[in-house]
Amino acid sequence: MVGLTVDSLSVRFTLPDARVAAVSDVSFSLAPGECLALVGESGCGKSVLASALLGFLPGNAEVAGSAMLGPLDLLAASDQVLSQQVRGRQIGLVPQSPAAHLTPVRTARAQLDEALRHLHPAETRPSADEVAKRAGLQPADLDLYPHQLSGGMAQRVATALALAGDPWMIIADEPTTGLDRALVDALVAELRLLVADGRAVLLITHDLAAARRVADRIAVMYAGRLVEVGPAHEVLDSPRHPYARGLVDSLPDRAFTPIRGLPPVLTDLPPGCAFGPRCDRVTAECSDSPQLTVLNGHAVACHNPC
Amino acid sequence: MLTASGITAGYHPRRPVITDVDLTVESGATVGLAGPSGSGKSTLARVLSLLHKPFAGSVSIDGTVVGGFRYRAPRQYRTKIGVLFQQPRLSVDPRMTLRQVIAEPSRANGKPDRVDELSGLVALTPDLLARRAHEVSDGQLQRACLARALALRPAYLVCDEMTTMLDASTTAALVAVIRDYQSETGAGVLAISHDTVLLERWADRVEQMRTERMPTG
Repeated sequence: MVGLTVDSLSVRFTLPDARVAAVSDVSFSLAPGECLALVGESGCGKSVLASALLGFLPGNAEVAGSAMLGPLDLLAASDQVLSQQVRGRQIGLVPQSPAAHLTPVRTARAQLDEALRHLHPAETRPSADEVAKRAGLQPADLDLYPHQLSGGMAQRVATALALAGDPWMIIADEPTTGLDRALVDALVAELRLLVADGRAVLLITHDLAAARRVADRIAVMYAGRLVEVGPAHEVLDSPRHPYARGLVDSLPDRAFTPIRGLPPVLTDLPPGCAFGPRCDRVTAECSDSPQLTVLNGHAVACHNPC
Repeated sequence: MLTASGITAGYHPRRPVITDVDLTVESGATVGLAGPSGSGKSTLARVLSLLHKPFAGSVSIDGTVVGGFRYRAPRQYRTKIGVLFQQPRLSVDPRMTLRQVIAEPSRANGKPDRVDELSGLVALTPDLLARRAHEVSDGQLQRACLARALALRPAYLVCDEMTTMLDASTTAALVAVIRDYQSETGAGVLAISHDTVLLERWADRVEQMRTERMPTG
């Protein structure tokens, strides 16, 4: 069975006067029929991780580690292999702010038809209406231009485009941003349908409430590293990493208290645990970077977990 | 008291987005405004902050009806209302450093610069103040926008979906800054969001925006 196994993935950007440690030593796996939510604050490296899997990183990026999709290493594959075998066909991307990714002068149908033409031979090509239905759209909605689509509908068109090549895995980058409660509920239901359909969903979000309702597992990212990975309810109800606990405690239906301090800049990470300067459980050990260690299927990277 | 009465507003006279809406924000109070996308929450926020001229109705501040909107809004009223927008990236000049962004209202009004005090309030460090918008995260930029909104010590603060782009911790931090400012100055706050859980926690009372008409508070 195909699956995605990411091992020790690191991404560095070289700038004229600095080096950005965007993703450091990230490992996780994702199987069909499972939804993994990657949560963390903006700028912690979530989207860079998604771009690395699809080969969308800019030229100044250096990548280390591996991301095995079956026998294929996504990080080592050429752009030609990625575009002909992976993007759209095995991994579909629902980009951040979908309305901005649609061509403004063509209808949703024209864009979906184009994608289907490229991804399927004529004999087995599904109709645009069928694909749109899977994403929760009515056939009539497809005849609209992007400026006529509401945020929720643009989201569904982007999902339909991602589903056009029948990929087994979907990466959804911040899909709930700017959607109201009813639309988030609808989106959550749609993502769960994809999972029930046997697809894998990698949900990238800062919205813990949405992650709680969709994800089977939650991976918490801080300053480019995974600090906690575990079953969704465990991570949210009894977080073990102080950062994850702080994030949960800042929810309005919990304590609503912020984590003190600001996240570190990725060009100048503190030595040892990156959360150390903001942590109230910090000890001498924390000057040594903690490794992600698994206990009963719940991994945490902390010397003094909660 | 910041009051909107009988506001009909939109972007085409024949198709107003909101019709005959009344809303009051009392000094010292936090009023939540909830409603689905497209119900006109942002339009009402723009009218209340004197940034959009309604087709009918009036806005009054502390009992005086404001005579003009946008560039016609008298300075003494315009500066009484601070505004925070949903997308900090779209609401700062990309050529400015964060220090300039925060100093701008004081500069434009010939007031002494309060950047150091304000940046401390929103926990922005000096190295961040030297950066431009594209060099900071959404959360850091929204912190700068909050400092800018508080620069002229407004009597009212309109927050239009200000937490949408923020993670939970930054949301809680900025709401705490606003609450502190409010308890110190007695400012009135209008908190617009579609996150009802957040509004229930933050606001003293929550008004519902309906697509048709909104009941008076």
